[in-house]
Amino acid sequence: MIDGPSQQRGARISLKALSKQFTPGAVPAVDQIDLEMEPGEFLTLLGPSGSGKTTTLNMVAGFLDPSGGQIELNGRDISNIPPHRRNFGMVFQNYALFPHLTVEQNIAFPLKQRRVPRAERGRRVREALDLVQLSGMDSRKPSQLSGGQQQRVALARAVVFSPHLLLLDEPLGALDRKLRQSLQAEIKRIHRELGLTFVFVTHDQDEAMSLSDRIAVFNEGRIERVGTPRALYDDPGTLFVAEFMGESNRFFGAAKGAEYEWAGSPMRTAASRPGADDDVLVVRPERIGIAASPGDVPSGANSAPATVVDSSYLGIQRRVDLEYADGTRGVAVLPGSGSSVPSTGAGVVVHWHPQDQVFVRRRPPLEPAVPVDRRAPSAAVTKAPVKV
Amino acid sequence: MTRTVEHRPPLEELDQVVAPPRRRVARQRPAHVGLLLLLPAALALTLFFLLPLVQILIRSLTDPEPGLGNYTSLFTDGVTLPILWRTVVVGLVVTAATMLLAYPYTYVMSYASPTMRAVMITIVLVPFWTSMLARNYAWFILMQRDGVIDRAFAAVGIDGVVLLGTTTGVAIVMTGVLLPFMVLPLYSVMSQIDPRVMAAGQNLGASRISSFRQIHLPLARPGLVAGGSLVFILSLGFYITPALIGSPQGSLIAQAMAIRTQRLLDFGGAGAMGILILVVTLVILVVSQRLSGRSAGSLASATGRATEKSATTAGGRS
Amino acid sequence: MRPGVSVKIASGVIAALLVLPVLVVIPMSFAAGTSFQFPPDDWATTWYQSFFTSDKWQFALTNSLKVALATAVLATVLGTMAAMGLSRLSTRWRSLGLSLIMMPIVIPNILIALAVYATFLDLKLNGTLRGLVFAHTAIALPFVVIAVNTRLQGIDMSLRSAAFSLGARPAAAFRQVILPLLLPGVLSALVLAFVSSFDEVVISLFLQTPANTTLPVQMFDAVSVEIDPTISAAASFVVISVSTVILVGQLVALRRRKGQVL
Repeated sequence: MIDGPSQQRGARISLKALSKQFTPGAVPAVDQIDLEMEPGEFLTLLGPSGSGKTTTLNMVAGFLDPSGGQIELNGRDISNIPPHRRNFGMVFQNYALFPHLTVEQNIAFPLKQRRVPRAERGRRVREALDLVQLSGMDSRKPSQLSGGQQQRVALARAVVFSPHLLLLDEPLGALDRKLRQSLQAEIKRIHRELGLTFVFVTHDQDEAMSLSDRIAVFNEGRIERVGTPRALYDDPGTLFVAEFMGESNRFFGAAKGAEYEWAGSPMRTAASRPGADDDVLVVRPERIGIAASPGDVPSGANSAPATVVDSSYLGIQRRVDLEYADGTRGVAVLPGSGSSVPSTGAGVVVHWHPQDQVFVRRRPPLEPAVPVDRRAPSAAVTKAPVKV
Repeated sequence: MTRTVEHRPPLEELDQVVAPPRRRVARQRPAHVGLLLLLPAALALTLFFLLPLVQILIRSLTDPEPGLGNYTSLFTDGVTLPILWRTVVVGLVVTAATMLLAYPYTYVMSYASPTMRAVMITIVLVPFWTSMLARNYAWFILMQRDGVIDRAFAAVGIDGVVLLGTTTGVAIVMTGVLLPFMVLPLYSVMSQIDPRVMAAGQNLGASRISSFRQIHLPLARPGLVAGGSLVFILSLGFYITPALIGSPQGSLIAQAMAIRTQRLLDFGGAGAMGILILVVTLVILVVSQRLSGRSAGSLASATGRATEKSATTAGGRS
Repeated sequence: MRPGVSVKIASGVIAALLVLPVLVVIPMSFAAGTSFQFPPDDWATTWYQSFFTSDKWQFALTNSLKVALATAVLATVLGTMAAMGLSRLSTRWRSLGLSLIMMPIVIPNILIALAVYATFLDLKLNGTLRGLVFAHTAIALPFVVIAVNTRLQGIDMSLRSAAFSLGARPAAAFRQVILPLLLPGVLSALVLAFVSSFDEVVISLFLQTPANTTLPVQMFDAVSVEIDPTISAAASFVVISVSTVILVGQLVALRRRKGQVL
């Protein structure tokens, strides 16, 4: 089960025009999505509740039949294969450990179904327990374990039979923050050790950013964008993705050819130019500075007047909540040990370098095929910049 | 520690996973299997429950001759009406009495510690489980001439209290016997009442009694309605207690039905009586649904919860 | 608002009201004389001897046990299947099905007894133990379905999905995961059905003939038809055995729960 990490042993899953409609005539829960899950990658399906990510996962697992489209495993259509023959590991949100069986019996369960002889079963169960660092807990019952331990048993159970794919449905949702973080580290480690394809569902964008090789952002049944965490943060593409992944300062102007106009005056553009459908300018909080008056704005920068709504000192950083002239809210994040911050209610001028801004479209493109970022997992190594 | 991968089926082996024809059925829960599983129970119920009821209904309308004769004679034969009246009065009295007794008991139970609560529930459940006959018999003994009750009253100066053979006696015993049926639904509602609600009321200026009247009582009302309907319905058809404790002159409707059936073989007449009580029962169910604003199955679910409680306790499972 | 002292006293009295009558029966069973005087003047085990040696009483006891056992098994099997079937139906059909199954609870017992008597006369089931079993099963069904259904609701169905994801076929998933978790509910139902049949009086009275007299019927006759003080011993016997079962059950449950807590 534990081999050298260089070998990619995961499966490739392809979703082609996959749809799910629960009631005919109603809005589809999943609307014609296309997605390639590369072998061995850690792919997260990220989105708010109701966005279709869990439905998609359940279709991949085989618990729901698609209304349309296909699911392919290494090129072969598996839509007709019932869940108990798909050989995918699955970790459920509420762990779904069998309460009447011990930890050992739980983990041995899939091996029993596959008629693995008893001696080998015992060996592999112990290996799995080692992997999740729960050795010695064999004879406990799930009710005697803490939430974090239960989740680790669920993980062990899902990988003990060497599946090609591990599906994780918001597995850390029920845990408190510290536990979540330590388990996140565990999950990453296990992914590295096993080299399986991991498909992870969550609504927590921090979690997605820290764990994933790539993230698919879901919204209302469609995938708005797929990319590495960094790519999504720096180039969200749509307003939804920009707002969902981290915080942003948004300026609703209009593109005029290759130029951009906001509040009656043009904004400087640098390398990034607005596309034909882009009409929102986005700047991340850590990229803006605050000046007391227009005169203090560095030359070559874009600027916008704003009112300070609130400011808080958070040790590592200072956070300033802003309101722009048109009523939209924004936020600036400054280093904690910087100069003083203007008081609440003060009028300030927010400024940023045109290179730090990005343009996004207000709405996702209408055609079902969403541009898929096909970079291999090894290439997208850098994580998202440190955030608030 | 390296392991070999031989136990993992190579990806190619998945070729051998033969894709069966589209098996929607295997994954989602197929309704027709559900209906199949229901069939034997439905059959048993139909044969041994529905069928007899339908037959008796028909009989009440056709035996000895077609028409509503049986029903009208109930009201005109001069005997049935008084019995019916007596039954209803006893039913109301018993319902009121069980409400008055169950409320304080349940109130204490809802504030008790878990151990105490378990004890109190067991006290309610044990009579629920022990033979109805044994309980009636116990009261039979207590109510004898010179029995415990008689002598207790004599000690206080009231002589000749023989409750055996009286309607009052019947009402008392029925209250005792039906008390668990009021306690259980009431408790299931009361246990949902947040204990701090009363404290909130007092904090906002209401006296203890006022708090109770304006806050606790309305919140407990659904339990009272459910329990009350249950007790009343049960007392309408009650047979054992009036037969054992009461006298033939003070018969309740169930006794009248028994006599008609077994001695006179008048299925039509007895059936009419039974259907009459059934109608009253259904009316009460509908009324109680309105009163407590719950679904029509509230009564059944109240009994259900009572059963479930007794089942989980007696069966010893959590 | 904690209950005041007077309320607590009141509930103590009520508790006594609930329990005491039952405890009257036990001393009575040791009475020497034939009167129903309580407390008895003299003590003896006459009535226990009578109970355990009398053909009439033992016959009644045996009949009750036979009928109750058969009812328990039949009702539990049918009821468990019904509960499982109901869980597979859509919500609308499920509530309809449940309401139908609950009917015997809300129909007055006396009416059921009378109707069954009339119908069984035609079906020639009167006076048979078989007939009693059928009738008792019908009225025990709702309780079985409730008990099993409650347990079923408490089982997290994602366990089933988990079993599938781990490679278990539907039948294996049921056998290895659902059934063991359902078992306590099924056992409760069994006990419930047994006791409800064992204690059933009215229907058994109507269907009564010397051939199929059950213990409750015998006890009823012992008070109303021919005064027979053996009923004290019979009643005590029933009270003690059922209470023992309940208490044992409680202790088992308590021990189980203690064992599970870390």
